[in-house]
Amino acid sequence: MNATSKPTPDVPRPQLLGHRHFRLLGSALGPFLGLLLVLVVFWAADTYRASRLDREGRFATVEGMQTVLRNTSAVGTAALGMTIIIIAGGIDLSAGTAIALCATVTAYCFRAGYAAPVGVLAGLMTGCVTGFVNGSLISVLRVVPFIITLGTMTLFRGTGRIIAGDTPIRAHESVPDWMLTLQDPFPEPEWLLVSPGVWLMLVLALLVGCLLNYTVFGRHAFALGSNEATARLCGINVNRTRIAVYTIAGIFVGVAGLFQFALLYGEGDPAAGTGKELEIIAAVVIGGGSLSGGRGSVLGTISGAAIMAVIQHGCVILSIPDSFQEIIIGVIIVAAVTLDQFRQRRLVG
Amino acid sequence: MPVPLLSMHNISKRFGATRALDGVSFEVQPGEVMALIGENGAGKSTLMKVLSGAYRPDGGRMDISGSPYKPADPHEARAQGIAMIYQELNLAADLSVEDNVMLGQEVRRGGLLRRKTQRPRVVEALQLLGHPDLRPEMPVQKLSLAAQQLVEIARALVMDAKLIVFDEPTSSLTQKDADHLFHVIRKLRDEGIGVIYISHFLEEVREVCDGYTVLRDGQSVGTGELAATSEAEIVALMVGRNVGELFPAVPHEMGPPLLSLERISGRHAPIDVSIEVRRGEILGIAGLVGSGRTELLRCLFGLDPVVSGRISIARSKPADSPKGRIAAGFGLVSEDRKGEGLAQIRSIGDNMTYSRLAPYSTFGWLRLRRRAEAVQQWMTKLRIKARTDEQPINELSGGNQQKVALARVLHQEADLLLLDEPTRGIDVGTKAEIYQLMGQLAAEGKSLVFVSSYFTELLQVCDRIAVMARGRLREIRPAGEWTEESLMHRAIGTDELES
Repeated sequence: MNATSKPTPDVPRPQLLGHRHFRLLGSALGPFLGLLLVLVVFWAADTYRASRLDREGRFATVEGMQTVLRNTSAVGTAALGMTIIIIAGGIDLSAGTAIALCATVTAYCFRAGYAAPVGVLAGLMTGCVTGFVNGSLISVLRVVPFIITLGTMTLFRGTGRIIAGDTPIRAHESVPDWMLTLQDPFPEPEWLLVSPGVWLMLVLALLVGCLLNYTVFGRHAFALGSNEATARLCGINVNRTRIAVYTIAGIFVGVAGLFQFALLYGEGDPAAGTGKELEIIAAVVIGGGSLSGGRGSVLGTISGAAIMAVIQHGCVILSIPDSFQEIIIGVIIVAAVTLDQFRQRRLVG
Repeated sequence: MPVPLLSMHNISKRFGATRALDGVSFEVQPGEVMALIGENGAGKSTLMKVLSGAYRPDGGRMDISGSPYKPADPHEARAQGIAMIYQELNLAADLSVEDNVMLGQEVRRGGLLRRKTQRPRVVEALQLLGHPDLRPEMPVQKLSLAAQQLVEIARALVMDAKLIVFDEPTSSLTQKDADHLFHVIRKLRDEGIGVIYISHFLEEVREVCDGYTVLRDGQSVGTGELAATSEAEIVALMVGRNVGELFPAVPHEMGPPLLSLERISGRHAPIDVSIEVRRGEILGIAGLVGSGRTELLRCLFGLDPVVSGRISIARSKPADSPKGRIAAGFGLVSEDRKGEGLAQIRSIGDNMTYSRLAPYSTFGWLRLRRRAEAVQQWMTKLRIKARTDEQPINELSGGNQQKVALARVLHQEADLLLLDEPTRGIDVGTKAEIYQLMGQLAAEGKSLVFVSSYFTELLQVCDRIAVMARGRLREIRPAGEWTEESLMHRAIGTDELES
């Protein structure tokens, strides 16, 4: 072509090695630094207090960190699924009750005497089904995700209550130990260091990271979230992508259901998850996820979940009442989003 | 020597390391329509943001009617009589005409609206604009774009603006509405109001403006009377180099037919359109906004359903979805870059390859390095100015964004390119590059369908031009047998009874 033979004043510079990966990390760096900051602040406060009371600090202990990580995995795992949904421009308000429904179904299977793999699989499948229902309703009815999942939120709770017969299902006699200790902060054997749930979350986080950044599906999810019209223009099957996004996120709801089942020591309570969806969404948002879609990262989301867990733990150690803890988390959500917006504006303007 | 209404002297403004404005001087006399001309990124918007109080200049001075003017914010600028009418209108869609005109300047007593005293002022303003028929109680969202623009102008009149800035006001208007707008602007001028007119269309500038100032790279490089300056001189000032021709001719030959439409109808438009496009042909589609041109392209691309009729490309019927059409060799460049064409927060690479990731994927897993190499090749080929292929779209200028949209269609190896207003809102230099590219693509044997409201470019670039009006295709002729006037007649449909 003629254009190529002309001198090009602004040829793109050759890429520095690793630049691409650094940029990938860039947007998640903020939340991660935030996590370090929160850790340092609580550690400093605890050390200061301990020196005044003339005793050892209680914040930065092995047990303390084990608990923090366990709590991170409880929210963080479901938040991985929510990250995919939010990146694709959606939201899932039904996550909390869907988690409870999954736990209930698992408990039901164990009480009915099925083998452990059946109970686990049933829980995971239930998660996928809830996601599939959400994705399909949004696509077929063309109603915004907020409204659809607001509806399915109570729908799932009602379903759970029907399955459970209105009382929590206790099944722990027939549950194997390895399941009950999924969320045990102090694991047996000791060489695991942290609860099996944390390891599971880390493996899943790695998988989601790859899914989002290195697959065609990931590109399509980002495209859908940043501009649905563009996605359609580029021949992306918008409905199918959206249903896939919600269904995949459902797997994480299922895993979170198993975690809840373990936390309640082998009990499936259909009313237990109410309000949990907001914690999950908060983790994604603190982690740099944008509710208008197209932005979010795995490292950010896990950092977001960890920030909340650190605050929770730190407040207990410093004997700060629950009420103040809620205020701190509220402030952090607003601050995180404001900071992020400020950063975006500076980039563009 | 009369005191100028506005004088901006030696204005400079930096953003970090870039000098957005570097000693710009600009004057407007009362009752004068002044054109502010320049390529994208020349500093026009920055200068206007300084004027409207959105930015504070780093240096220089501004005077209004001889007294110093230093607005702290846009509110103060408005209070001093500066009104801005942007390309994207600033209206509350659910409110009425009256409420929009009076927004922020309501006549009230103790918090209560005094509609009785306020209504006549609105009516008076609309009358002055030659639109007494625009009813004040009508909700703004029911009005056409042109009428909505009038509401904004009326707002400026009610606030007693001394100076009104029009930023690309005709970019979404039909020729007829644009003519009307020019009439209104002349009226404002006769009232002694100063007007700053920003536009890419030089013909239009010539029609409505008295004087001009050209900006280039943040500096004012020329000022004068339009009557005494030729178009070539202005273009040369804008691009800072001698653009021999805005429309470089690339010889291309027509081959066998590629696309054929038999009596295509969509839900509302198009209606009963039959047409054939050959390989190596650039077919222009002229028509006003709302004539069904965009709808025709959307039907062709599978974005809107084809209710009846037959589409065939290379003698076979393509599948219905955009995905199927892309596979059959269709490519669409949307008229709406921001809303539809490009995912603004995603990278150049992503936007270029969304429609064809297959060459870089093995079982869904992406080879990002291989993709980056391909993207960089296209960036060099189309001369897309950006730091890296990872840069988000919203950091690029309009012209470079459009090149990415074009690169996507080329990257997906489309044989048939459907281009909807591909040169809208981009600078002259890039326009010329795009015209040349279109010619080259035709020479490579691709077919191009080129929709535009800008008849000059259609006449210069196309082999044949079809005119659409009210959803129907009125007439096709070789480009040489059309003139701007005959195109306009057909587009407006004045001779409809004959056909």
